[in-house]
Amino acid sequence: MPCTMKRTPRTAALAGVAVVALTLTACGSSSKKASTPSGSATGGATSSGASASGGGGGGSTTTAAFNAGVGKVFNPSTAKGGTLRMAHSGDFDSLDPADTYYGYSWNFIRNYGRTLVVFKSAPGAAGAQLVPDLAETLGVPSDGNKTWTYKIRKGVKFEDGTVITSKDVKYAVERSLDKTVFPDGPTYFNDNLDLQGYTSPYKDTDPNKLGLKAIDTPDDNTIVFHLKAGFSGFDYFAQLPQTIPVPQAKDTGTKYKEHVISSGPYMFASNDLGKKFVLKRNPYYDAATDPDSGRLALPDQISVELNVNAADIDNRLLSGDLDVQIEGTGLGAEAQGKVLSDPKLKANSDSAAIARTWFTVVNSDVAPLNNIDCRKAVQYAADKVGYQRSYGGATGGDIATSLLPPLIPGARKIDLYEAAAMPGGDVAKAKAALTACGQPNGFSTNISYRVERPKEKAVAEELQQSLAKVGIKLTIKPYPQGDYFKLYAGKPDFAKSNGLGLMVYGWGADWPDGYGFLEQIVDSRTIRAAGNTNLGIKLPEVDALLDKAFATTDITAREKIWGDIDQKVMESGEVLPGIWAKGLDYRPPNLTNVFVNDGFGEYDYTTLGTTKT
Amino acid sequence: MTVPLEVVGSQGEAQPEAVLEGGHAIEGRSLGQIAWMRLKRDKIALSGGVVVLLLIVMAIFAPLIVKWLGHPPNEFHYDQVNPDTQVPIGSHGGISRHFLFGVEPVNGRDLFSRIMYGSQISLLIAFLATLLSVGIGTMMGVVAGYFGGWIDTLISRVMDVFLAFPILLFALALAGVIPDKAFGLKGDSLRIAVIIFIIGFFNWPYIGRIIRGQTLSLREREFVDAARSLGARSPYILSRELLPNLVAPILVYSTLLIPTNILFEAALSYLGVGVRPPRATWGGMISDATNWYQTDPEFLVPSGLAIFITVLAFNLLGDGLRDALDPRSR
Repeated sequence: MPCTMKRTPRTAALAGVAVVALTLTACGSSSKKASTPSGSATGGATSSGASASGGGGGGSTTTAAFNAGVGKVFNPSTAKGGTLRMAHSGDFDSLDPADTYYGYSWNFIRNYGRTLVVFKSAPGAAGAQLVPDLAETLGVPSDGNKTWTYKIRKGVKFEDGTVITSKDVKYAVERSLDKTVFPDGPTYFNDNLDLQGYTSPYKDTDPNKLGLKAIDTPDDNTIVFHLKAGFSGFDYFAQLPQTIPVPQAKDTGTKYKEHVISSGPYMFASNDLGKKFVLKRNPYYDAATDPDSGRLALPDQISVELNVNAADIDNRLLSGDLDVQIEGTGLGAEAQGKVLSDPKLKANSDSAAIARTWFTVVNSDVAPLNNIDCRKAVQYAADKVGYQRSYGGATGGDIATSLLPPLIPGARKIDLYEAAAMPGGDVAKAKAALTACGQPNGFSTNISYRVERPKEKAVAEELQQSLAKVGIKLTIKPYPQGDYFKLYAGKPDFAKSNGLGLMVYGWGADWPDGYGFLEQIVDSRTIRAAGNTNLGIKLPEVDALLDKAFATTDITAREKIWGDIDQKVMESGEVLPGIWAKGLDYRPPNLTNVFVNDGFGEYDYTTLGTTKT
Repeated sequence: MTVPLEVVGSQGEAQPEAVLEGGHAIEGRSLGQIAWMRLKRDKIALSGGVVVLLLIVMAIFAPLIVKWLGHPPNEFHYDQVNPDTQVPIGSHGGISRHFLFGVEPVNGRDLFSRIMYGSQISLLIAFLATLLSVGIGTMMGVVAGYFGGWIDTLISRVMDVFLAFPILLFALALAGVIPDKAFGLKGDSLRIAVIIFIIGFFNWPYIGRIIRGQTLSLREREFVDAARSLGARSPYILSRELLPNLVAPILVYSTLLIPTNILFEAALSYLGVGVRPPRATWGGMISDATNWYQTDPEFLVPSGLAIFITVLAFNLLGDGLRDALDPRSR
């Protein structure tokens, strides 16, 4: 993740559809872009139709094998019962649907809340498809995509038996607008709804606290959203947890997270904040009202322990004392080694590709790297196998030949520096490039990395060794990751005056899409005095391509542009690609219906079952 | 001076009774000789001393030893490491004839060489920092103890302030903001100098208090009065009468301070504020090894043992020295 592993904001532009120029939060930085929805693609959200059944899509298997849970369902079952035991090495940002912005949280929240539309629980590409959940169909646009209408399903009830109405959804969206109460959630509704000055239901003079004019509820089953400007991808907003209905009478503001009123298959049985919470079945959940989402709701209970030591979680997973590590970040280094060296354990693990690239920025501000040939020398000389080893070898990811991960639509094979042919580095070509640069004997520069990250340290040491073969001498400079962007690598003045020629880095999009991945790291116009996530890639042609992409409504054409940007960045030599990341997930043998949801890069939390009772 | 020793030697055994019989012979022996005799009898302390000597020799000749028995400390040996799991291929952390202590996971660096080079950093920092704190501590302690009055009050309060200082936090903060060049030094030499300064400068009150206490009791002794009545001035009394009598505690506490400083340096390296990679330090190696303790526990052994043996040896030597120099403290 861009800044810290903890803060994992979901980037915008979901599923490669017309969600462009959305707000993109980057680790609490203030770079929130005013939203100017552009484009009017109509093919964005194709409904799978109400007939689509849950689960399947990529086949299934019952034989335990490495990657058995990738692209297909492992161990399918319809047996109900048991307790699904999950654990978290930290804590949720919030359990409140208005206030959460983590991918795993959005994955999990579907167990106790129903949004208007939802990503289908299915393996493979089907997981990126939007299907209606609380609504009967996907949104119906009118008025040039400025007005979106949803019909709420009849007979869906809260955990107390009250029927869910469109007003509950409206109230939920209203309260999510109040960023003083709920600072963590995304701001898409704030930015795109025609608010007319509305700020918060807690300051609302309307007796029912439903004063927001941007949302109409003509009857209990209809909800109409009015946007500031036409936007074809509104269904992607309608899947945000912020549309999970909240009964106004039960809203307790910041304390609502202690007991969220459930609209999904499970409700809170107990909630000991910061320690543990348990979900039990919601007696008023009727699967007949939920035909499209693919939820299976097999276990009778789901328990989530919080603030458990990360290594402890791994050990308990391996010993069968735990079922799921809820953050979905994969096993730690030690457990990973243990699993990989034991064929039996390895058969119970999945290597899931993530939309993330670990790379090193080659800083064109620092002489002699301002010369493109010197940058090319670095590209050729770097030992890509060593880079991969630093991240744990093949299980850590594949050797990257360009910046854009292959998972992202529009990524194409770009290999300008022989990363595939000579992964160990090409000394001859590197020396030729050095001569062209006017530094035939090499030069000296510095490499920075985040001190808390042993893998980045390994990269710095590895590059120091491999670049030394052509005479490029690197001095290694670790900096604390908390200030890596504010004070060091992300501060252009500092990087330049301290001669940080190479900066070890990595970036991930939480949802696979070119915009979400690229915008914050290659758009030169986002570069500020400090706190940058773009560590110095300043290419006018890339900026122009980004603008072109924002204005392009045709999906295929736009996706091609992401590849073009990738090409341009690689041609400039300003990014030394390392690896396209993968995470190693362990699935204890007692789990059923296991598959990696491609959208989250994690196991799907609404279909898991357990044979342990 | 030599005669009594020969007498003892000719008697074949150093019986206390025998020494008592020749009362005049004892007067001839210096404090140092008595202490050395006691130390020689203390086999544990002696072996500690031998290990310390070996360590010092090892640190000084590290480049030569590595040339004969190892590989350059920063050289990668990918062929020694399993490309899938990143742990050493050979058993026991990759120990072999060519890699005496095994190799590091991921990059296959020779742990033997890294331990050898790491000893240089550890011992250098520990010795110089100890020298600094002992120097400051002795000076302040003697002055405070001898002059007393407001000088004593002032110095004692300063000591209190220093003792209350959260030195580890301070070290972390300071080491984080060390520039690349300062005071005519740059890079790692500057970082080492700063670490020596931090450790040395903030540890002096410990020895300072001990010296002050010793001085307080010494200055009331007859020989000091005698010197003073003969017209000796303070500088003379301090340097000629008091300091020689303080050599014993200084020596003992220096020996005991060194292992503390080795541990402190290791802690700083462990926390990532010591010298910069790829330079090897023991603390840094432990820090790296903690990431591998389950899949490659042997990685932890060499650096852990190195620190353990070094600290133990210095402590044994220090204990022995104290017993030898000041038998009443037993």
